[in-house]
Amino acid sequence: MKILALDSSGLVASVAVAEDDTLLAEYTVNYKKTHSQTLLPMVDEIVRMIELDLNTIDVIAVAGGPGSFTGLRIGSATAKGLGLALDKPLVSVPTVDGLAYNLYGSDRMICPMMDARREQVYTGIYTFAGGTFQVIEPQTAAAVAKIAGRLNEIGREVIFLGDGVPVYREMLKELMTVPYQFAPAHLNRQRASAVAALAMEYVRAGKTETAEEHAPEYLRMPQAERERAARQAGGTV
Amino acid sequence: MNERDILILAIESSCDETAAAVVRNGREVLSNVISSQIELHKLYGGVVPEIASRKHIEKINQVIREALADAAVTLDDLDAVAVTYGPGLVGALLVGVAEAKAISYAKKLPLVGVHHIEGHISANYIENKELEPPFLCLVVSGGHTHLVMVKDYGVYEILGRTRDDAAGEAFDKVARAIGLGYPGGPKIDRISAEGNPEAIPFPKAKIPDAPYDFSFSGLKSAVLNYLNGCRMKGEEIVTADVAASFQKAVVDVLTEHAVHAAKERGTDKLAIAGGVAANRTLRRTLEAACAKEKITLYYPSPILCTDNAAMIGAAAYYEFRNGVRHGLDLNAVPNLKLGER
Repeated sequence: MKILALDSSGLVASVAVAEDDTLLAEYTVNYKKTHSQTLLPMVDEIVRMIELDLNTIDVIAVAGGPGSFTGLRIGSATAKGLGLALDKPLVSVPTVDGLAYNLYGSDRMICPMMDARREQVYTGIYTFAGGTFQVIEPQTAAAVAKIAGRLNEIGREVIFLGDGVPVYREMLKELMTVPYQFAPAHLNRQRASAVAALAMEYVRAGKTETAEEHAPEYLRMPQAERERAARQAGGTV
Repeated sequence: MNERDILILAIESSCDETAAAVVRNGREVLSNVISSQIELHKLYGGVVPEIASRKHIEKINQVIREALADAAVTLDDLDAVAVTYGPGLVGALLVGVAEAKAISYAKKLPLVGVHHIEGHISANYIENKELEPPFLCLVVSGGHTHLVMVKDYGVYEILGRTRDDAAGEAFDKVARAIGLGYPGGPKIDRISAEGNPEAIPFPKAKIPDAPYDFSFSGLKSAVLNYLNGCRMKGEEIVTADVAASFQKAVVDVLTEHAVHAAKERGTDKLAIAGGVAANRTLRRTLEAACAKEKITLYYPSPILCTDNAAMIGAAAYYEFRNGVRHGLDLNAVPNLKLGER
């Protein structure tokens, strides 16, 4: 099974092609250029490098959210366009799950944190038990203090990763009562290879969708909708 | 199908319409699918960019599939993929741009990025097979008010533009003030039919040294002041009269500028384009003025005045013939200038 994977959910743009348990190519850039300009040229670069015939791809995987709304849509629209043109199914991998999968095999608590602003992070709690990926807290938008409290309550050693780490490092120092570490540079951001590897499991579990069905999972309503809902509930924003 | 036929799939997502169309040789529309979000945005009194972008991504594949099916073609029959890349809402534009790029890449089809206003202007080619440049075009929509000399396909000279609000924007704001709701254009058009356009003398802005420029914010303020005045004096507000008088002020200025420019430039062809080009009073007034000056007036059907992808396919055909091609790094350009590539 050959998978083309895309992740443009955060500052990182990452694309990869994996075939079964082999990673054929991966291209990851963490630089200021916009995903709209970089993502597809990056795909083209690896496709040419490994002389890939796009028609031989079985599935297109995409980091399906949460993340930057615009970044998610660039990845999604790219995946949807490829899926439509190549007539291939999509797998939408939860972004935070994909991040956690970077730390495959760890028996500690894995806690990705993506900065969601307003003192919140997109986060979740994961671990591996005997090589099986376990979701302890599914991805959600939560206050840093809340997720730290939950980790303290679980009481096991933690590894943090994600672009929320540099933002909330000091806050974690105050909040955490259990031992914790931060993942190193090669593992601490979105990687399309992890999205591809996790997508393999999704495909085996039958969790594919059509390109037409796919839409990002934002985990947050648009601001206008939130404010309207608050007005209707009679409260303030 | 003739061997030299050029078949283009066009995609448009610059504002609150998700649209796709298949167009043959720039003038023959094989399909024109539009998924409008207007009911959704009505709740907010205007287009909410984030909501628009989310709807685009949900709908875009379905809209493209329907456009291909309606035209009875597959992606393999196409010669190019075209997409609006500006101006417009950046998040909304990006959906169409990323989708179009991915399709063009996967099918190895040339990609043609199109200017949204160039699309509106080109909507006139679809139903007026004899229309060819040079001609003058008045582009009036919710986001744009331009007086453009179309010198050749893809070659434009902007003679005038609005200094503040777009004509359609003024319609929306006044409609809100008199309680008609969003979108204002069609609502004011409808209610004005029952009102007296001479009831209230609203001002018509002229800009010194820029005879073709427009300004509608003063007019909008005059309407608001009039409404406030009536309320303070306890006078009855006749909504239909306010709407009709406001509409007349807009239409008169648009007509005067357009006809003046046509005469000055010595062209006997005037086209109108954009959402406000569907306004019935504007069409009637321009028709009368053009008949007097022996100018032929062109305008698209209402369905081609609103945002649609058929017009993008029409514009793309001439760009394609001129050799315009865009790369995989094409980005959305929210403030793209007409004629820029």
